[in-house]
Amino acid sequence: MTGTLDDNRTPFGRNPRHFGIDPDEPWPDDVPMDQDDTRWRYQGDPKGAKKAERRIAAAWTVTLLASMGLAAVYVDGANTQLAGLCWGLAFGGLGVGLILWARDLMPGHDVIASRGHHNVSSEADRVAVAESLGRGLDPMARRPFLFKMLGAVGGVFGLAIAFPIASLGPRPHRNLYKTAWGKGVRAVTLEGKPIRPSELPVNGILTVFPETDPSDALSPTLLINLGDADYETPPERVGWNIPIDGKTGIVAISKICTHAGCPASLYNVVTHQLVCPCHYSTFDVLQLCKPIFGPAARGLPQLPIAVDAQGFIVAQADYSRAGGAPVGPGFWNRG
Amino acid sequence: MSTTEERIAAQKRYRAAKAGTDTVDERLGSSKFLTSVLDKIFPDHWSFMVGEIAMDSLIVLIVTGIYLALFYVPSSKEVVYAPTSGHVYIPLVGQKMSEAYESVINLSFNVRFGLIMRQAHHWAALIFLAAVFFHMARIFFTGAFRKPREINWIIGLLLWQIVALEGFTGYSLPDDLLSGTGLRVIYSIIESIPFVGTWLVYALWGGRFPGTSLIPRLFVVHEFLFPLLIIGLLTAHLMILWHQKHTDFPGPGKTETNIRGSRIWPQYALKAGGLMMLVSSVIFLLAGFVQINPVWIYGPYQPYTVSAGAQPDWYLGWQDGAVRLWPHWEFRSFGHEIANPFFPGLLLPGILLSIMFAWPWIDKKIYKDYKAHNLLDRPRDKPFRTGVGAAAVTLFSLLTMASGTDIIANNLHVSYEAIVVALDYLVIIGPVVAFIIAYKACQRLQEADFHPIQRPVGGVIYRTPDGGYHTVGDVHHGPSHDAPADTSASHGAGDNGDGGAGSGSERSVSAPAAGD
Repeated sequence: MTGTLDDNRTPFGRNPRHFGIDPDEPWPDDVPMDQDDTRWRYQGDPKGAKKAERRIAAAWTVTLLASMGLAAVYVDGANTQLAGLCWGLAFGGLGVGLILWARDLMPGHDVIASRGHHNVSSEADRVAVAESLGRGLDPMARRPFLFKMLGAVGGVFGLAIAFPIASLGPRPHRNLYKTAWGKGVRAVTLEGKPIRPSELPVNGILTVFPETDPSDALSPTLLINLGDADYETPPERVGWNIPIDGKTGIVAISKICTHAGCPASLYNVVTHQLVCPCHYSTFDVLQLCKPIFGPAARGLPQLPIAVDAQGFIVAQADYSRAGGAPVGPGFWNRG
Repeated sequence: MSTTEERIAAQKRYRAAKAGTDTVDERLGSSKFLTSVLDKIFPDHWSFMVGEIAMDSLIVLIVTGIYLALFYVPSSKEVVYAPTSGHVYIPLVGQKMSEAYESVINLSFNVRFGLIMRQAHHWAALIFLAAVFFHMARIFFTGAFRKPREINWIIGLLLWQIVALEGFTGYSLPDDLLSGTGLRVIYSIIESIPFVGTWLVYALWGGRFPGTSLIPRLFVVHEFLFPLLIIGLLTAHLMILWHQKHTDFPGPGKTETNIRGSRIWPQYALKAGGLMMLVSSVIFLLAGFVQINPVWIYGPYQPYTVSAGAQPDWYLGWQDGAVRLWPHWEFRSFGHEIANPFFPGLLLPGILLSIMFAWPWIDKKIYKDYKAHNLLDRPRDKPFRTGVGAAAVTLFSLLTMASGTDIIANNLHVSYEAIVVALDYLVIIGPVVAFIIAYKACQRLQEADFHPIQRPVGGVIYRTPDGGYHTVGDVHHGPSHDAPADTSASHGAGDNGDGGAGSGSERSVSAPAAGD
């Protein structure tokens, strides 16, 4: 302990205020008295202290130089790597210096104090707070009708003030089942060009969009020329493909995965499988695109297509209109 | 010791300081409070720094985030990339993109220090979440959530959820191909909620996916709503921590009613400030040297295309992994359907989170321990809890791994399907095995290690100057205090401060607890 500076001061180690102890209460057993709060690491070791001081100064010198470097880097085109180096060194030097200063030259280590009674109040205080609460509760309980009515009113009013939320978006309804495809809508490429069946080679695959609204996110469709592959066609889907030379030819399949809506865009030509790279649902194109691996539970819907008078590929109807399932992932009232 | 001049100078400084605090006290009556602030003690243990690292990353996030917001344009308006001045990223020239994406490209290439600020922001977010996870694990394994700290456990879990959502919204703002794909998946997950799903997505997105409302709305959520919640909850978290005082591991001289460590002033304040600088240093070194989220490579978002290797940021990997691994179940009847993404995307995380929220009360039931605690458990002293924690960490790790199944399959040259099937089994078996191993390991550790206070009486007996006797580890009574640290240091009892004093240990702790 350094000597007392003012005669009226309690010695630091015996001043209960510094150890979380209520001055009116006895000194607790688990808090040692006369703790020396002025101890620091290199106390009584002037050489060590000098060295510590130099270490801290060196660390801060790094910050100083790095800060100047940072200015230079900024002026000289702001190279990201050099900037990172300068920021890193500047922060690092500052931090190391501060920590060394605390560790080597500052007091306040390893002190034991009381936790006090901060987490629990005295019984008298607890009684008082319950009484205060009761001051309001009792009159309320005496008017049960008003109390219940307030609850009901609050509920109705709560619903009423929630109405602005309804403006956030339109009601879903039938919109959920529709894409931009429809009878006679041409399939166009990303560049907006319509396609003739002859432009798609065997095993060729092409993403097409409805000409009427190419940006509709549920409409992207894959045209696949299956050539003479053995495509399973149930009676209700007869005539949905564009046969080429009397063979299966071109089929149109929704690109939107039925699991989570990512584009199922990886096509394996050998096995005729479509894979969605988000969660790796795998669909067998030859078996009506039914899911054969991964989390998807439904097949990719097929779009009935035909060739119009000018020889371009068009849709015969929208996906769901054609009797197929709506496109994309599931939802509650899809059925 | 000190010269007269030094003593006079010290006295002068003391008088000046007192004049300063007096001036404040006459206005605010703050001296008692300020004393408790400056004298406050934080226990020293490396694991207590992890929460601080989280807070320091948050500060970096706020500062860099404000900077980024000055350049970001929250708009889905379609533009064609054709810059007339500054640096031009050639591969994107002529491409259609949203104004938001264009602003991020310009920020990255045409704003000096813009890219490093963006990368620092993203790295800080990743480190923030990592620190949050470690902090949470530390709290769980040491039983720091026990009474009286249940409220802070709840607030902490809420913070974790909001911070993860904050991370996701930030990741989505650049409107690049990767984040747009992530939004598509989230749309489908929300859409799959029974009864309200479709209404909810139409309200959030302002109509059908993708629409033009979401990006500006995400901006408000990311810049205003979530930060407000995070700062509010964090303030409550820290005020409660401050009020309750930090927990500590049992050790020599430590009891439930005292606290041992470093004073805030000057020790802890300087060290905490230094740590904040070091965290910033690491973040900016990463930001400078390790590329993160290069959105110009991903390209702008288009709903008809996707890149392979579509993963969310690591802290949401476990949820994405669950979505990948979940079996292809879907329930359809009476004209209604519960779609597949609902189960792994919302139901499973919901159940796991509910267990976590309820854990402090489950723990009370298991250990029949309803008392308040300030001293922590060592994980080995609570084998069941440690086993549950190990199982949870294993499940979390395996699900995170499942988010990268395609990358693993690619790098190991095995089929994708084999990895998924293997992980399907592993997520069931792994946690069980981890539980058993952790449980047994705890028991062995308990048997292998014993602390001097658990030795039979008669090991080391001390006679105190006033004539009393005590063995090592006894609570010190009476006026003479030979600083408990001394007794422990000279007899090797101080090895990392373990008291083995956890009350209610499951096995073989026969000695009385040190601090009760």
